[in-house]
Amino acid sequence: MRRSWQVAEVSAVRAETARARTLRLRFPDMVAGVPGQHVDLRLTADDGYQAVRSYSVAAWVPPRELELTVEELDDGEVSPFLVDVLAVGDQLEVRGPVGGWFTWTPDRAGPLQLIAGGSGVVPLMAMLRSHSEARSAVPARLLYSVRSPDHVFYRGELDVIGQEDPQVVIDIAYSREAPDGRPVGRLTHEAVTASCFPPEDEPVIYICGSTGFVEAVAAWLVDDGHDADRIRTERYGG
Amino acid sequence: MAVPTSGFTGRRQNRDADLPPGQYLTDGFPVMSAGPTPQVLLRDWSFQIVAGPGETHQWTWEQMQALPQEDVTTDIHCVTHWSKVGTTWRGVSLDTLFEDVESEAEYTMVHSYGGYTTNVPLDDLLDGKAWIVSEFEGEPLQSAHGGPARLLVPHLYFWKSAKWVNGIRLMDQDLPGFWETNGYNMYGDPWREERYW
Repeated sequence: MRRSWQVAEVSAVRAETARARTLRLRFPDMVAGVPGQHVDLRLTADDGYQAVRSYSVAAWVPPRELELTVEELDDGEVSPFLVDVLAVGDQLEVRGPVGGWFTWTPDRAGPLQLIAGGSGVVPLMAMLRSHSEARSAVPARLLYSVRSPDHVFYRGELDVIGQEDPQVVIDIAYSREAPDGRPVGRLTHEAVTASCFPPEDEPVIYICGSTGFVEAVAAWLVDDGHDADRIRTERYGG
Repeated sequence: MAVPTSGFTGRRQNRDADLPPGQYLTDGFPVMSAGPTPQVLLRDWSFQIVAGPGETHQWTWEQMQALPQEDVTTDIHCVTHWSKVGTTWRGVSLDTLFEDVESEAEYTMVHSYGGYTTNVPLDDLLDGKAWIVSEFEGEPLQSAHGGPARLLVPHLYFWKSAKWVNGIRLMDQDLPGFWETNGYNMYGDPWREERYW
């Protein structure tokens, strides 16, 4: 990783939902990382005041770009700026990529089980994209829990991957509002079990979401007989 | 030399609090951990200090609770940039636990239920700098936050304050623990911003 801050330029922005958007950042030099890693962003006001936050990388776009997806927090200091104000051509300081644990690369053995709550899908999307790009023969499943159809990130791309990649199964679970004919309600233990590879398949499991979501889902999977050593978690909050 | 971010003003909350560089205040208590939360029953719980071959000091939950308990009020700083000020904890000072431990070792590896490890120099655990805590804000420590007991070593980034702690092994040389093998700094001083490799 790079220890020093680098200046990146916003090369594209794309709305994901009413409150989330993807920022594509272009670097002066080559940038490379592993799915699941994050970067630090540093913002500096005119008077020198600075704020630093970490964001998961959603996509690596070789050789010089990467994408982040940021969701606006109600009381956020940085995320509303990134979602509503920052424009193509603006500059940001970036450090990283960082992280060597919550990562997946196509050479990792075992079926890939991804479980996302809300914006926790971002680092898992980087893994799924890497899986697809590598045309991996490893079976993969994504269980993605969202409030409503309007809260789904990467909708079009998920549909394409789910339809065209025979190794990938994508399940979206809706907690507050669902499309016609789809069940609605809080994610249950039974639903998680039904959408996951069974323990005997020895999947590697990545869970990302709010603390409550990750705590509940990880505990259910351990109850189901999954080895805790094969479950990796990342939580957002604060 | 920092590059200004066009249109960014920020909230400047850091001006009022004395926070290390790159940190922001949070009122919540975010959780950072690598895997499922271990569930540890108090009757099965134990804590040990392994000082060398044949020198192990061990405490059960009851024995630990019977030791002098200290109240600690401190700021905590997570490597993921959040800080929380004025948190209150209750637990046993490591000075108490190390009272009868004889060793020339200068480094330690802290071990936890669930397999987590983190390395801390012995000097950073002694002289009123570290505790095994079992209460947070006057309540028993929740498992998601490291209960029944975690290490509290608040002058270092909070990943050093190992959750679900169950032992400390003394080492002659400094070896990396879990996050230290996965991209984080060997020491982790927030005031010098020692986040990563």
